[in-house]
Amino acid sequence: MNTVSETRTKSLLYLEDVSVSFDGFKAINSLSLVVEPGELRAIIGPNGAGKTTMMDIITGKTRPDSGRVIFEDEIDLTKKDEADIAQLGIGRKFQKPTVFESHTVWDNLELALNRSRGVFATLFYTLSAEDKARIEEILATIRLAHRAHEHAANLSHGQKQWLEIGMLLAQEPKLLLVDEPVAGMTDAETAETAILLREIAKTRSVVVVEHDMGFIRDLGVKVTCLAEGSVLAEGSIDFVSNDPKVIENYLGR
Amino acid sequence: MITRFILRALEGKIVFAVAILIGIAILVPALNLLTPPTSALHIPTYAMALFGKYLCYALLALALDLVWGYCGILSLGHGAFFALGGYAMGMYLMRQIGSRGVYGNPVLPDFMVFLNYKELPWFWYGMDWFVVAMAMVLLVPGLLAFVFGWFAFRSRVNGVYLSIITQAMTYALMLAFFRNDMGFGGNNGLTDFKDIIGFSVQADGTRAVLFALSALMLALCLVVASAITRSKFGKVLVGVRDAESRVRFLGFRVENIKLFTFVVSAMFAGIAGALFVPQVGIINPGEFAPANSIEVVVWTAVGGRGTLIGPIIGAILVNAGKSFFTGAFPEFWLFALGGLFIAVTLFLPRGIVGTIQHGFNARKALKAAAEAEKGRGDPDDVARAVQAAE
Repeated sequence: MNTVSETRTKSLLYLEDVSVSFDGFKAINSLSLVVEPGELRAIIGPNGAGKTTMMDIITGKTRPDSGRVIFEDEIDLTKKDEADIAQLGIGRKFQKPTVFESHTVWDNLELALNRSRGVFATLFYTLSAEDKARIEEILATIRLAHRAHEHAANLSHGQKQWLEIGMLLAQEPKLLLVDEPVAGMTDAETAETAILLREIAKTRSVVVVEHDMGFIRDLGVKVTCLAEGSVLAEGSIDFVSNDPKVIENYLGR
Repeated sequence: MITRFILRALEGKIVFAVAILIGIAILVPALNLLTPPTSALHIPTYAMALFGKYLCYALLALALDLVWGYCGILSLGHGAFFALGGYAMGMYLMRQIGSRGVYGNPVLPDFMVFLNYKELPWFWYGMDWFVVAMAMVLLVPGLLAFVFGWFAFRSRVNGVYLSIITQAMTYALMLAFFRNDMGFGGNNGLTDFKDIIGFSVQADGTRAVLFALSALMLALCLVVASAITRSKFGKVLVGVRDAESRVRFLGFRVENIKLFTFVVSAMFAGIAGALFVPQVGIINPGEFAPANSIEVVVWTAVGGRGTLIGPIIGAILVNAGKSFFTGAFPEFWLFALGGLFIAVTLFLPRGIVGTIQHGFNARKALKAAAEAEKGRGDPDDVARAVQAAE
């Protein structure tokens, strides 16, 4: 009991005994997970292991049937909705790149910028020098400065993924949840994305869900393997990939 | 802050449209009042009233475009907000009749005497004051939109389900207003108007002013709509249309964004209805008919949704077509309307204005391609421009 409260006091995100089922199917089965401040964590697991459902629970899209989800040691996320949780500082990247295609790259970032999001605040918003500088900085980070004024619809698949990551950066989250960032990317784009995520993780926590084992090896971080809604193994990539349960449930298939 | 908000609205096309509307507001009444009926330039009063009606419809289509074209909410009940604005104006006009009605009752309108009302229902109080009635033109549609939107958007009712309940809303209101005991004149509605702020509604001068006001209100609402859509809020609005969950996970309260837009749009529709009623001289429950709201969708789609000018042009063209067909081939009109909607959906999915804008962008792309061939442009830019045009 003592060890649990010790981990809690320094955790950024803490899931304890979380369960949720859909029509009798247990998508998440008493899952517990701790993410430390500044940590970059990879999550792997077979299809249907509950990776995306876990993200849905953290971001308020799905309410768990039982268990607790605590952010920064005191905020109970199960009582909040998506907008509240986003404003608390949790950003989410979807599996399929989701950007505003009919807006320019610049406008996408401007909308994501962590500013007052009320109706009247946005009606009367004007771009300040500070905001402009911040957008330019993010454009440089995500390597899209040369396409700032093009419609997002014209970006390549990989560039859309980066733009979405850039939008999350603009949100200035404390925790970033990234769902399959390199799905459908070329090898060169995949390698660059690994560098980008490591750069981002210097200033905040990042949780990456991914299938690509090579990419996870590139990241070189602590790995959690999920299966059937709970944690199967946790540790370095070599430790996890040599675990007999992981081989049987996931890698061996 | 407010000035910057309004100044942002004044982009090229909007300034041009506003200038045309102001021109119409001056020219048409002038040609009606100042030229003799024998002159070739004379605009007869019936034609001015007809065109004034089109301008009210144009404002209604603009209102629908704000929620449908920009926010992706396909409302099939905007006719209800239009009719409510019209009823508010109609109630004021009824009270102005005073003792000149058939039954000569100084307080009760004719239909109430006929239906044995002993006193004025409470919701008719104050409607004899122009200012109160005009406030109601905005407040009643706005309040209905607020209450309806509050529940619908909070429960995340989306897409076709929302369209169906908006349709049910206008249908329910139609049935309610048909009832004599509602106190709105039942089947016959409100009619036989005499005065508006002391001027006869039949007089040419009053009609000219009403026409000019219709054009000017349309211009004003166009500027407001442009200011909204060109602000950061407007960009969020388009975001809600294209990727609602992304907007939510960026921390915006989507329900508030939709609610605000829906209420503003309902108020626009109310203004349109209020200007419509004194020009056509009657408001009855038929205005709530579900088919009316669907026609507004056709006008907006024909003109081009998601462009502010499009719905205005669409409403005027389709209604001019309707006036022509119902005069020349009365049994043919509904087929023409149905055919038009199918043709636009198949061949002009962007509508008239949307297609012109698109063609304009494509020409720019071709020009860039031509320059690249001469070795001046960046081939990468051309590829992108061509892609953009597609």
